[in-house]
Amino acid sequence: MSGVRRAVTGSGLVRGLRVTWHNLTRRAVTQQYPDVLPALPPRSRGVIALQEENCTSCMLCARECPAWCIYIDSHKETAPPVNEGGRERSFNVLDRFDIDYSLCMYCGICVEVCPFDALHWSPEFEYAELDIRDLTHDKERLREWMWTVPPPQPLDPAAEQPKEIGVAEKAAHREAARLEADKVAEREAEPGA
Amino acid sequence: MAEVLDVALRCVVVLAAFLVLPLAVGQLEHKTMAHMQSRVGPMYAGGFHGWAQLVADGVKFVQKEAVTPSAADRPVFALAPGVALVPYLVVLFVIPLGPSAVGADLDLGLFFALAVMSIGVLGTLMGGWASANKYSLLGGLRTASQLMSYELPMVLAAVSAAMMAGSLSLVGIAQAWEWSWLLWQLPALVVFVVAGLAELQRPPFDMPIADAELVLGPYTEYGGMRFAMFLLAEYAGIVVLSALTATLFLGGWRGPSSDELGWLWVLLKTMVVAFLVVWFRVAWPRMREDQLNALAWKILVPLALGQLALTTVVVLA
Repeated sequence: MSGVRRAVTGSGLVRGLRVTWHNLTRRAVTQQYPDVLPALPPRSRGVIALQEENCTSCMLCARECPAWCIYIDSHKETAPPVNEGGRERSFNVLDRFDIDYSLCMYCGICVEVCPFDALHWSPEFEYAELDIRDLTHDKERLREWMWTVPPPQPLDPAAEQPKEIGVAEKAAHREAARLEADKVAEREAEPGA
Repeated sequence: MAEVLDVALRCVVVLAAFLVLPLAVGQLEHKTMAHMQSRVGPMYAGGFHGWAQLVADGVKFVQKEAVTPSAADRPVFALAPGVALVPYLVVLFVIPLGPSAVGADLDLGLFFALAVMSIGVLGTLMGGWASANKYSLLGGLRTASQLMSYELPMVLAAVSAAMMAGSLSLVGIAQAWEWSWLLWQLPALVVFVVAGLAELQRPPFDMPIADAELVLGPYTEYGGMRFAMFLLAEYAGIVVLSALTATLFLGGWRGPSSDELGWLWVLLKTMVVAFLVVWFRVAWPRMREDQLNALAWKILVPLALGQLALTTVVVLA
């Protein structure tokens, strides 16, 4: 191999001593976990929380889940018609929403696909159990995790703008152009201009 | 009566040193190794930085069952840990803390120490043979070859110091020690420590134990208190090797205000050598069996012989 110089015999031993001495004279990197809780970044994937009120039982999360660890049961109920003589409105009622964390691989696809922001990541991670069956969290427990979900984080400095802002700006520009055109047309229509 | 009391007192002091110093070295190893690997090591036992970790380990070992394999050579198997441990206690008797502060000032102190030290290795051999386990046997054979290879350079290196002092008594050698030894007896010092490490089967010379290939070599079948004794023997061996190095090549109790603080100098020098022993373990990878024997026969023996020739010339000139 060209470019690789053959090291002097024994230089590795000296380097080993140097590295270990360097470590010895500096602070250890150990986290004192049970005594001191780790400072996790707010986007940490600790546990998935369910905002039950937002869920429409659309089953997208359950179908996209690669580990098949989400169980959803729901039934349909009807509400009285809004207008007299109208059709009854039907809606889904969530009976069961379980996530089996013994199967979950924390890919976050369910959070991504949820069209109604019913699923959120929470940085909480201390939910080990003695019985594997207790790792299946029901919808009440998943709802409780919601209280630990941090508020949405500001975007990174170099991040792409959210789509909504682009759409809104485009609409605003269009509106401004329309107003401008109206004004010009008004002025042209004025007699004696 | 006073004589008996004096002997009893010396015995008690040596026994106390034998029980305390290996644990101190063990704790030193725990913490030093941890920090050299950017960890913190034991932190809980005893409250302050895990100082009682080894005591807790001892309590755990006592509670464990001492299993003997059915095919084992029972008496030899049971005797091996004792044979490994007791010699180091005996060696401690001849290591001086001061001109008169020594368990027993033998005229043949150095000879006695080296002879008894190599008995300790026999314990490992016995364990390897008696366990009726192929890994143990392989480890024992490696121990045997290592013992054969490294005993010679170790003795040659020690002889160099003895020749300079014109005495085989450890007290006499330490008394004859001069600062210049540090310079031109350095090869002997290096050979002595390296060969001593190999004899203790400390990394990087732990081929007989080689946990990645031989489980735990001769100690594979041992558990509970018997294993603890082997473990203790290893640390006692470090203490003895370090103390012998300090006495032979570093001047023992010699140092500023050695009349009052001589014993402290011995302990300090011993601990510095022990620290080096631990440091080498952390920093260096294990040597292969052939490298290990090549190092002994091709480098250490010639080096020790050269040193011996040099010393002879100096002594006779």
